[in-house]
Amino acid sequence: MTRTLLLRGMLVGIVAGLLVFLCARITGEPEVDRAIAVEAAIDHAQGEPPEPEMVSRRIQKTAGLLTGVIVYGAAMGGIFGLVFAFAYGRIGLTRPRELAVFLAAAGFIAIALVPSLKYPASPPSVGKPETIGLRTAAYFLMMAFSIAAMSLSVQAGRRWSRRFGSWNGSLLAAGMFLVVIGIVAHLLPVIDETPAAFPAELLWRFRLAAWEMQAVLWTTLGLLFGALTERDRQLPQPQNQL
Amino acid sequence: MAQTAIGSIDQPTLVPVIPMRELLPWALFGGLLMLLAIYFVGAEQGATSLLHGRTVHEFVHDGRHLLGFPCH
Repeated sequence: MTRTLLLRGMLVGIVAGLLVFLCARITGEPEVDRAIAVEAAIDHAQGEPPEPEMVSRRIQKTAGLLTGVIVYGAAMGGIFGLVFAFAYGRIGLTRPRELAVFLAAAGFIAIALVPSLKYPASPPSVGKPETIGLRTAAYFLMMAFSIAAMSLSVQAGRRWSRRFGSWNGSLLAAGMFLVVIGIVAHLLPVIDETPAAFPAELLWRFRLAAWEMQAVLWTTLGLLFGALTERDRQLPQPQNQL
Repeated sequence: MAQTAIGSIDQPTLVPVIPMRELLPWALFGGLLMLLAIYFVGAEQGATSLLHGRTVHEFVHDGRHLLGFPCH
């Protein structure tokens, strides 16, 4: 069963990756092109030679982008399938499609939204090459803490729901998640490397596009994986306890 | 629990779980493979490099930026 769920997650992830690619072509790529134009203008104004193109822009925004988002989608989908296999029957939601949507929402918040609130997606020319080590470490640390805090608060939410009722128990668990994440985000370093000449509107549009892509990915994972698993007769079926 | 639930709408249901010993090998090997894939899209030839050059980085460049990973 685990094998089926893992493979299904990867396949759904590939479908999600295709949709993310379409979304990126419409909302994201125009902003990447504008950011690269700004970068070239800043370099030119400082008298620096333009960066050599190792892979042409045409390939970067077609085959490169497609490969990137499909591999990312398949990998996230695979992990999603594995987490579903673990969570099914263990965290209370008994309908597969409800569990899938719940896990996708939790994944979107923990993996995409929360890390991006501290370290938002940045277009080309935002970010100094010499700080890539620090920025990479800080970003993945933020994500690791966010995932850990999410799984802790889901477990705590289950326990507190039994004690305080499901509304109050869930609110308490969500509050704990916010407090833990707030402390972690406060302690991690501030990164502020946007060049003064970079247009604010362009930065905002780029970041909106990045959130839209993540929303497309996680919505597809949750709904499509849930719909397919709901119909799966091989999955252990819930029995009324009497 | 079972006594209070009899006759009520909200009957507790028992969902058989997938046992850990079936889950663990898949989670371990599948999980590692997935993380490696995410590493290649998100971070290879950035802060750390397993392969020489910058081709992987440049090829997935747009995806890396738009998926929110630190780049350059």
